[in-house]
This record gives sequence, C-alpha cells and structure tokens, in this order.
Amino acid sequence: MEQTEYDYLKKIAPEPGNLIKGLQAIQAREGYVSDDDIRAAATYFSLAEVEVEGVLSFYAQFKRNPPGKYRICVCDGTACHIKGSALILDWVSTELGIKAGETDAKKLFSLETVACLGCCSLAPVMSINGKVFGNLDRKATVKILKEHRKK
Amino acid sequence: MMVSDKIKKIKVGTASCGIAAGADEVLELLRQYVGDITIEEVGCVGHCYAEPLVDVETVDGTVISFQHVPSTVAGVENVLGLGDRGRFTIPAGRRNKELHKVIGLAGKICPTSFEQYVENGGYDGLKKALSMIPQAVIDEVRKSGLRGRGGGGFPTGTKWGFMAAKQAEQKVLICNADEGDPGAFMDRSLMESVPHQLLEGMLIGAYATGATKLFIYCRAEYPLAIKHLSIAIDQIYEKRLNVIAGLELEIVIKEGAGAFVCGEETALIHSLEGKRGTPRFRPPFPTDSGWQDYPTMINNVETLANIPLIVREGGEMFASVGTEGSKGTKLFALAGDLRCPGLVEVPMGITLAEIVFDIGGANPAEVKAVQTGGPSGGCIPVDKFDTPVDYDSLKSLGAIMGSGGMIVIGKQRCMVETARYFLDFTHRESCGKCTFCRVGTKRMFETLERITAGEGVPEDLDFLEEMGNKVRSGSLCGLGQTAPNPVLVTLRYFRSEYESHVREKQCGALVCNALTDVLLDQEKCIKCKLCIKNCPVNAVSEDFVIDNTLCVRCDTCIEICPKKTIYRVKKGEGYYRGQN
Ligand SMILES: Cc1cc2nc3c(=O)[nH]c(=O)nc-3n(C[C@H](O)[C@H](O)[C@H](O)COP(=O)(O)O)c2cc1C
Ligand code: FES
Repeated sequence: MEQTEYDYLKKIAPEPGNLIKGLQAIQAREGYVSDDDIRAAATYFSLAEVEVEGVLSFYAQFKRNPPGKYRICVCDGTACHIKGSALILDWVSTELGIKAGETDAKKLFSLETVACLGCCSLAPVMSINGKVFGNLDRKATVKILKEHRKK
Repeated sequence: MMVSDKIKKIKVGTASCGIAAGADEVLELLRQYVGDITIEEVGCVGHCYAEPLVDVETVDGTVISFQHVPSTVAGVENVLGLGDRGRFTIPAGRRNKELHKVIGLAGKICPTSFEQYVENGGYDGLKKALSMIPQAVIDEVRKSGLRGRGGGGFPTGTKWGFMAAKQAEQKVLICNADEGDPGAFMDRSLMESVPHQLLEGMLIGAYATGATKLFIYCRAEYPLAIKHLSIAIDQIYEKRLNVIAGLELEIVIKEGAGAFVCGEETALIHSLEGKRGTPRFRPPFPTDSGWQDYPTMINNVETLANIPLIVREGGEMFASVGTEGSKGTKLFALAGDLRCPGLVEVPMGITLAEIVFDIGGANPAEVKAVQTGGPSGGCIPVDKFDTPVDYDSLKSLGAIMGSGGMIVIGKQRCMVETARYFLDFTHRESCGKCTFCRVGTKRMFETLERITAGEGVPEDLDFLEEMGNKVRSGSLCGLGQTAPNPVLVTLRYFRSEYESHVREKQCGALVCNALTDVLLDQEKCIKCKLCIKNCPVNAVSEDFVIDNTLCVRCDTCIEICPKKTIYRVKKGEGYYRGQN
C-alpha cells in the first residue's frame, strides 16, 4: 500500500468492525472500490482480501466500476414504482443510450436504480449526484438530462 | 422589492422533501431580499405535497403560510409583499383527524438548534428521568403501552425490562434507523426535523437500562438526517448531556450500505460489526447476546422519539390515546395515488378510510387498495377501509401495520404487477442463508414474471399459494417469513386480476406491457408528427399507425402527444404489421 494514497483511512480505527466505514470512505473519494482499494483495505483492517470482497458484494451501495460525472439514481421504491418509475428508467435509458448499471462512453453519466430516496411524496423521483428531482414526467426528465449534458 | 413591514420572521422547510421541491433556491432568493429579517430553516411539517413551504410570522403574532413557492423573483416577491397567491392553510381533513405528538415540533423549530429544542420542552424528559430511579422510568414506559414502531410491535417497556435486568460490563443500545421499507419516510423525517428528540429518547433509554454504548444505524440514502444527527450529537457532547449517572456515554452513527435485510436486528448487528448482514437464529436474543456478544437492545427511531413525551407527560397520558392493544399515535408515510401525500400522525384506531380519504385527499371513486407494511405487508382492498388501524386489526386482514409506509393504489394500477414488484425486491434482498427464502422467493418471482408477461397458466396461482406458505414457514428471519405476504394477500383479495392474466391473457389495468397494445386515434390526430419524431424504435409510420410488433410500450408518444390521441388498449386491439 502506498503510504500517501490511503492516508485518509487513518482517521478510522483499524478494527475489522470499521470495514464498512472504511469502504464507504474509499468510495466517497473515488466513486467506486477498485482491486487496489480492496488490497489496501484488507491490509489496513487486518483481514483477508476475500473477506473484504465478501462484504463488498453483499451491500448494494458499493460499486466496482468508476461512475460517470453525473450519477443518476432512478428511484424504484414502492411509491415511485406505482407512479411509473419503469417508464422513467426507460426514458432516461433511451436518452442516454445506457442501461441501468452502466456508464456512458464519455464517462459523463452513469445510471442505476435505487429503492426509495425518502421523497416518496414527490414520486416518481430520481437523483443526480444526490440532488433529488421530483414529480417527473417525460418532459421534465428529458429536460433535466439535457441541462446536465450542457453543463 | 417591496418587503412588508409586518414580517417578523420567516421559516423555510428544508427537509429532503422541501429541498427536492426547490426549497434551497427559494431560501437563497429570500436571503437576497429580506434585509435584516431573520430567516430560519426548519424541518418537515408533513405537508410534503405543498412544498416548498414558507411560513411567515408577523409582528401581530399570526403565521401566514405559502405553498409551492416558486424559486423566482416574482414568487419571492409575492411572499415578502404578503401577496394573496399560494396562501396555504391546513386542509380541514388533516386538521380534524390528525394528532401531532411525536412530530409536534417538526417543521416548527430549527432541527440543529439545541436552544430551540430546549425552549420547547426539550430535554425536560431526560431531566425528569434522571430524577427517578431507572426502574421507575421503565415502569412509565410499560404503563404507556408503547409498542415497537419498527414493525414488530413488541412492547417497548418489556424489552427495556429485559435489558435492565442483564448484568454485564458493557451494554449496548442501537437505534434502528435503517428504514428499509421502500416507500416509507417517517424515520427520515424525524431525524431530519427533530434529531434531538431521538437523542433524548436514546439517553433516557440508556439511563433506564444501563447501556453505555449507543449506535444509530442509519441508511446511507439519508445524508441530511446523518448531518443533522451529527450536529446534534456534537451539541450533546458539548453540553455534557451524554454524562449520565457519572458515566460517559458514547454515541456513534453508522451508515448502512444498502441492504434491506440489515433492518432485521440480528443482521443489523452483523453489519455493525463490519460483516455481511446475514440474520441469525434467535434465541439468543440480542438483549442476551448482541453486538460483540454484549447485551444489546434495538429500538426503532419512532419508538425512541416517543420516549421523551412519555416520560415528560407520563405513561398514562400516552395510553389515553389509541385502542386497547395499540396505544398512542402512529406516523404514516402516505404516498401513491392521492392528492396530499406526506407524513401524517394519527391516533391509533383511526380507520384506513379516514387516513386515505379525509387526510390524504384521495378520491374514493379512484382508489383500489392501500399497501401497508411494505414488502412484508399486504394490499388492503377499498371495501375493507373501515378497518381501524392498529396492530391486531391489520393482521387479521393478512396485512401488517409495518413501520408506517402506506401506499395508496389507484384503480389504474395492476395488482399482479405490484405483487411482482415486491417479490422482485425481496428475492434480490434475501441474504441467501435459508433455502426457502432464497430459492422460493425466486421461483415465486419468476412465476409472477411469467404471468405478467402473458405466459402464465392457471396452475401458477396454486403454485404461488403453496410456495408462499412454504417460504413463510421455512425461513429464519422476518424477511422470508413475510416476503410472500404481498402475493398471498393480493391472491386473496384480487384473485380475479390474476385469473384474467392467466386465463384471458388480459391486464385490466393496461399496465403489463405484454398484455397491452398502443393505439393512435386517427380521427383526433392533428398530424403534428411529434410521435413519429420521438419514438425510439420507429414504430409510428408516416401515415400515423403504431406498429405493435415494433412498439416497446415506453409511453413516450402517449406522454408527448399534445392532443392525447394515443393510449394503451387491450392486447389485440392495436395494429400489428401484416394486418389491415
Ligand atoms: C427484513 C426485516 C427488515 C426490518 N427493517 C426494519 C427497519 O428498517 N427499521 C426498523 O426499525 N425495524 C426493522 N425491522 C424490525 C427490527 O428487526 C426490530 O424488530 C426493530 O428494529 C425493533 O425496534 P422496535 O421494537 O422499536 O420496533 C425489520 C425486520 C425485518 C425482519
Ligand atoms: S419510493 Fe421513490 S422516493 Fe420513496
């Protein structure tokens, strides 16, 4: 492990109980967890690499591929599903030319679905880099995407 | 800009729901124009449908509220000049039927102001508790009849009693803030709006049971809740409120990482230990052996947020509201097909009809059912809406109270598709430990996929029932034990919908793509060509006929048509290539 690169982990006590926290810190910086990161985390928390991978694969939050500049999460919680989130996903997917779980070639957008952003009263919703957009219809969805593409 | 001289103070609701509706932009604009009038950020009052909401306190003591405030100069000018546009008053149904206790301060005070919480009676409960012996605090909770709000409904006082009786060098209290039901936001709202109330409840719980290590396990999708809680915890440390009976308590927030099963208490503990979140067999119960084998007590956010009120006002006062077996008030996250979605707090025992129609403003003619208890619950049909909302009545219908998610389902929705949705969710969230849960939910899901794809057979319905019962009895934790509920309950109340899917291959609600066609009404069409230009698969011909062989049912043309001449129709009623 390069000393400098993972210095930020030192704020977290190197107990195995903090593994998830450590992985979250890694993902918060890089947007995903790479193979190198797994090795570094295993060393830091004194665990085997397979143990780290086991934890990583269990939790939906962790990504193994670098995301785009804009991380789009289309909510597919119950309220959003009832209100047509499948269509929203379709529209976003068509507009960006990528499916859920993918990142576009320019690394501008990545698309995923999540289960409830807690804004169910504004269903259907999606979030882009954490900012939530509610009461979506096709027009609003396409407009939001176009604005982000221009930025 | 004209700013009325009657304005004393302005409050803007900036909980997640407010921000998503544009409250941040409104706040920024207001700040540009108000001069030295105080602007405060407050939490969520529950009227999420009206966000962004701005409350203006005037010099004569009245409060004028504005709803849907646009983030434009004109919008802000209307507020500051106290214009007539967008005035908000609480709808009569809500005013009459709701009873705000737990969320009494939500949306009224600044969530991160320790002082404002204290000015409104905050930490009085803790003070009072510390003047009592721990057993007396537990007795008060027992007297209140409070049952766990996380879904299980276990009597909180009893759980506290178990925990207090344990002798150990360290005891652990965990607040379950995982809020896994996808369609619920009660706990988010509480944490964002009144974080100190939750912390006060935890401190009282720690004192009553002797816990010294406190965790809040919060789902990662709630960054604002985590932020507010962190600020509040720092304030508590600073005021040394975490020193209880001479012992220094540690309060730690741990973020979940996106796994529904981690809301289950034994899985949650594994996750807190940094491991995969798989549940384990109980007993031993966490109060006997939990986090790192220490006695551990797990309480839900709403459960704990009720504690300060119970201690302050007394358990009997709390128990004076509600029904025989379900005391106090309950929060519900109302969403779906209704006019006024949002957070509501009602006395236990109120009927579903009162919540959905009177409070939620749903139109009785348009509602088919309501889903309570999320993926573990069931859809209750509209003809059972006179059922009182309490733990036992909902159970008798095959549904559950759950944690408080309540999704209103309109007549235009398909119940089979809804059941498929829930099984899709649970089969993916199954941790894989129990065979019945892992394989059984998958088989059920696949069967529902086939049915909604128009490939179902009548025997599938028997299979679903049979397998549902097996998964129910063959699973270790609540996830598997309840996962079949959405299917079993819809089979019970909406069997005819299943029948028409498997027999006539029709979806009455025109939701299931494989069982619908899309049709363009040539007579009303104005030939604007928007549908032709926007169809992603070129299914609309130059003479305005939609070819259902190509159509992927993405509804783009339906949404885009300015004259609404395109709509879904029954399978077979649309045009197919080669047909005249
Ligand atoms: C699959 C599953 C998911 C659960 N999710 C939650 C949850 O998100 N929040 C919660 O408070 N309780 C949840 N529970 C219930 C907890 O196991 C536990 O009963 C509860 O947190 C205890 O607190 P209470 O007595 O205050 O309700 C879940 C249970 C199961 C089986
Ligand atoms: S269901 Fe989409 S925000 Fe809750």
